[in-house]
Amino acid sequence: MKEFSGKVLFLDRSDINTDEIIPAKYLTEITKEALKPYLLEDLTLTGFNPIEDIKDKAVLVTRANFGCGSSREHAPWALEVNGINVVIAESFARIFRQNMYNCGMFAIELPTDKLDYLFEHYEGKDTSITIDVDKAKIIVASSDQSEELDFKVGEFDKTLVKEGGWVGYADKNY
Amino acid sequence: MGKTIAEKIFDAHRVNMPFPDTHVLKLDRVFCHEITTPIAITDLMARGMDRVFDPTKIKAVIDHVTPAKDSKTAEQGKILRDWAKRHGIKDFFDIGRNGVCHVIFPEKGFVRPGYTVIMGDSHTCTHGAFGAFAAGIGTTDLEVGILKGVCAFHFPKTIKFVLNGTLKPGVYAKDLILFIIKELTVNGATNMVIEFTGPVIEAMSMESRMTLCNMAIEAGGTCGICYPDMTTVEYLWEFIKDEFKTKEDALIEYSKWMSDADASYEKVYEYDVTTLEPMVTFGYKPDQVKTVNEMSGTKIDQVYIGSCTNGRIEDLRIAASILKDKKISDDLRAIVSPATPDIYSMALKEGIIEIFQNAGFCVTNPTCGACLGMSNGVLANGEACASTTNRNFNGRMGKGGTVHLMSPATAAASAIEGKISNSQLYKA
Repeated sequence: MKEFSGKVLFLDRSDINTDEIIPAKYLTEITKEALKPYLLEDLTLTGFNPIEDIKDKAVLVTRANFGCGSSREHAPWALEVNGINVVIAESFARIFRQNMYNCGMFAIELPTDKLDYLFEHYEGKDTSITIDVDKAKIIVASSDQSEELDFKVGEFDKTLVKEGGWVGYADKNY
Repeated sequence: MGKTIAEKIFDAHRVNMPFPDTHVLKLDRVFCHEITTPIAITDLMARGMDRVFDPTKIKAVIDHVTPAKDSKTAEQGKILRDWAKRHGIKDFFDIGRNGVCHVIFPEKGFVRPGYTVIMGDSHTCTHGAFGAFAAGIGTTDLEVGILKGVCAFHFPKTIKFVLNGTLKPGVYAKDLILFIIKELTVNGATNMVIEFTGPVIEAMSMESRMTLCNMAIEAGGTCGICYPDMTTVEYLWEFIKDEFKTKEDALIEYSKWMSDADASYEKVYEYDVTTLEPMVTFGYKPDQVKTVNEMSGTKIDQVYIGSCTNGRIEDLRIAASILKDKKISDDLRAIVSPATPDIYSMALKEGIIEIFQNAGFCVTNPTCGACLGMSNGVLANGEACASTTNRNFNGRMGKGGTVHLMSPATAAASAIEGKISNSQLYKA
């Protein structure tokens, strides 16, 4: 199982697409590691500096319809090679969401009010998040505040996270 | 309670349900291209699992960057080519015989009503035009598809569009799907199948139905689906004529892949589209749509006609009917990319290529290149493209560039005028 704990990158925008997560011109790479410097290179978001802001982050918190557009699994891979194994959002595009779990990573949906709360109380505060997989809890903490939030995870998704992805599971079972 | 077509296809292909709402389906087709497949191949090799479940059900093409533009794209092509050869995948379309995946695979008769189809490409939803369940997936799903011939899906709920009336001259499937995406928004159909039904769809060619289903993903949809009918049978006839005595027999067989009248839908939308105008996108999301008249006069630097959305022969014929004996504006350049070698040949024979060339278009070989800013028509910073493709994301066709999605007719008219223009000008 991968690690699901560390500092949080907040991206306060909906509809962040896979072209923004990893531009098509890097799809000619044939290793995942090669994608590392280009994560979120083309993201349209005021004040966002990809190199500075991504450094040392392990969890991404964002808004609705994250990962829309292309089916490229390069998007989760670009997150993974930068040490980000968790994305928390209001909703995801179907293919991106499945790609995350297929890689043994977390794509967690939270209702709008809980996300609003996270942005309001934790953005810009050196926040960390840890995912408790068995209890399905998000443990969030900044220098002056901490708490636990529940989330829903399906059995299939949880199994993929625990097995480290779909290839190993499918090989054993099909 | 009746069933939708997607429910029927799921029921006929379900291997098991290992978890609640997790349907593992047997696959009839696994399509592959050189961008998302090589990493699946190298990963399978690294795991010591370099096998394929059935080489006759796997079809592969080099289409995104072709011929290769540099060493990296050459390597991607090589990995796919060597793999196809190693595993006896006969339907592999290499340089010279290759075309845009979602155009060439239907053209070769690979998709049939009731099939399950996956590909590591979001526009795989195109193949639902044949009454199939076709879904874009990532490289890991592709890898398992190649190895085991299965893929897991959550059950897709279905929304239905009933489209009444007739499209007026100068209004096409592309205008209709842009209108529908505007109504649904970019995530209005997430995790859902979109059924396109009604007299407007019944009157549509397979080419137009593919244009419609192609962009289901731009509303978040898993698959766009049209019911199989005689138009479907006619399109497939040369590939199925040994299986059926008559076209009517084929239609009876395929008619089992229809939604029941009492099937249950998440939502049903009904429109009379008789008054629909030509549509075009603005901004950076495919649901940012206005009428061409509202956007008329918008400056453009390049026109692009092609792609899995609108690179078919019908599209080239429509554009050529407007461009005949005309020149493109001196203020822009224009590119046309027939989506397959057969379409290119037909266009040559029909004099369409000559019309494009006389008008001042660059005619390229079949490739996806420009649509996603990889090759053959990349934009410079600050430029705008009038394009028949499917995505207007920021920088999609080149960093700092803007894309306006539109029909081939609108693109042709805009090429002549040098700015976004209504093709109805030329069809009065």
